[in-house]
Amino acid sequence: MPLLAIKNLSVSFLTSTGPFMAVNGIDITVDAREVLAIVGESGSGKSVSMLAVMGLLPDSATVKADSMVFDGIDLLRLEPKERRRIIGRDVAMIFQEPMASLNPCFTVGFQIEEVLRVHMNMDRSQRRKRAIELLTAVGIPDPADRLKSYPHQMSGGQCQRVMIAIAIACNPKLLIADEPTTALDVTIQKQILDLLVGLQQEHGMGMIMITHNMGVVAETADRVVVQYKGRKMEEADVLSLFENPQSNYTKALLAALPENATGDRLPTVGDYQMEVEDSTAVKTPPLEAPL
Amino acid sequence: MSETVLSVQNIKRDYHVSGGLFSKARTVHAVKGVSFSVEKGKTLAIVGESGCGKSTLARIITLIDAPTSGSLQIDGQTVDIAQNGLTSDLRRKVQIVFQNPYGSLNPRQKIGDVLGEPLKINTDTPASERRDRAMAMLKKVGLSEEHFNRYPHMFSGGQRQRIAIARALMLNPKLLVLDEPVSALDLSVQAQVLNLLADLQDEFQLTYVFISHDLSVVRYIADEVMVMYFGEAVEYGTRDEVFANPKHSYTQTLFAATPRADVESIRARVAKKRAAA
Repeated sequence: MPLLAIKNLSVSFLTSTGPFMAVNGIDITVDAREVLAIVGESGSGKSVSMLAVMGLLPDSATVKADSMVFDGIDLLRLEPKERRRIIGRDVAMIFQEPMASLNPCFTVGFQIEEVLRVHMNMDRSQRRKRAIELLTAVGIPDPADRLKSYPHQMSGGQCQRVMIAIAIACNPKLLIADEPTTALDVTIQKQILDLLVGLQQEHGMGMIMITHNMGVVAETADRVVVQYKGRKMEEADVLSLFENPQSNYTKALLAALPENATGDRLPTVGDYQMEVEDSTAVKTPPLEAPL
Repeated sequence: MSETVLSVQNIKRDYHVSGGLFSKARTVHAVKGVSFSVEKGKTLAIVGESGCGKSTLARIITLIDAPTSGSLQIDGQTVDIAQNGLTSDLRRKVQIVFQNPYGSLNPRQKIGDVLGEPLKINTDTPASERRDRAMAMLKKVGLSEEHFNRYPHMFSGGQRQRIAIARALMLNPKLLVLDEPVSALDLSVQAQVLNLLADLQDEFQLTYVFISHDLSVVRYIADEVMVMYFGEAVEYGTRDEVFANPKHSYTQTLFAATPRADVESIRARVAKKRAAA
């Protein structure tokens, strides 16, 4: 049985020009101990579909799905209170901007211990001990001292490590990482990716890696879902995706990698016939600025 | 015949951080003596991590900041803005494109005015000609006439970066400084913007100083590469030299950290993971 199985997920937003379908009938499954990458450009609905799993979308969003089963429980049929018990404990998420996702008013230690206080039955000294343990696990030197630091006293890479510490605090079964390294330098990116994959294997977590960087996919994923304009274009294991891409969109994405450039010009997505245009006769209202 | 457009000797830049209640005043050496030169129609890429001084260097080359010491020649002419100030003549020679196309365009200015403004400030072109030239430049960067009266928020990231490039080219500069121009863009849009930059370089014989931390982009676009680390140029050479035989340990770290998307390395990784499981 997969850890997370989503069937026919659609998310639409109410806008002034009518409903906008951000995600349009997507199926996603993740097994325990598996790294699934969801790739797509901005606006492809890759973050929105995962925010729907977390229940973090604003009220203007309508989430529809045939089922959204996590670990045997259908998340859509849960009361909000029961759902909150699972979210953050068994499913955790890391966001793109580490500086923005930590609260600048509280120390790092407070923010790590907060998760433990809400989800785990631990007393103060246990929480502190666990927080030090977590900071050690994510590779922050002097963890006991660092608990007293505020986010602005740390670098971007260190903040992302703290975010990871918060996410894995309750030993989640599924970790969703939404562009965890986009804001970071390549050298730091490498460290964070190694850390995430290391933790994933050590704890046997399932992991969903949302990214637009094909390099990150190549370095981390077991299986890949390619998304474009809210639809799934392709799903394959990582090797066959790079070796033998099936959909034209994936081919276009791979060809647009500068390291695959053959001539003077890079092929762009526009150079490829996109099968999605025909199939989206469904009402997607015209965007203000078509590309 | 090659002609050196930009030449920089031993540029240094220090910033003085004034002390607060609890801290002493100190000096940050952002750039510690960097020298290089770029020939007409070529691209020099400057690579380095955040805080290594590459953007400070960009500000100096673009004549926004004056260097603390060292000399700078643009188009054969020695420039010292700390002494002589910045003339509109100089401003016409060097232009810059910034990283974030969401932050570098005034949200209250229509695109037509964005493009006309450099001409308005630095030349005495009449309004009708400014309009015509803005219109022509808009088409050159792949946008169309109907975009002339729109506001920046109505454009996507890639389109805004095209507008920023168009604005930089309005004065027919010789040297264009590109400060991470594609790092905020998606892969497919990044390819479009890189193509545009290559086309424009061919057409106008532009010289680029391309600042980036993405080695795959650098390898694609650069003729020469300079790697900076803590304010110093630790590696400087032609692209093929640097990529084939990186000498400094930081360059080697940088290469090792760059994700590899070729089939062989994925196969190796998958096999290794299978073996471990």
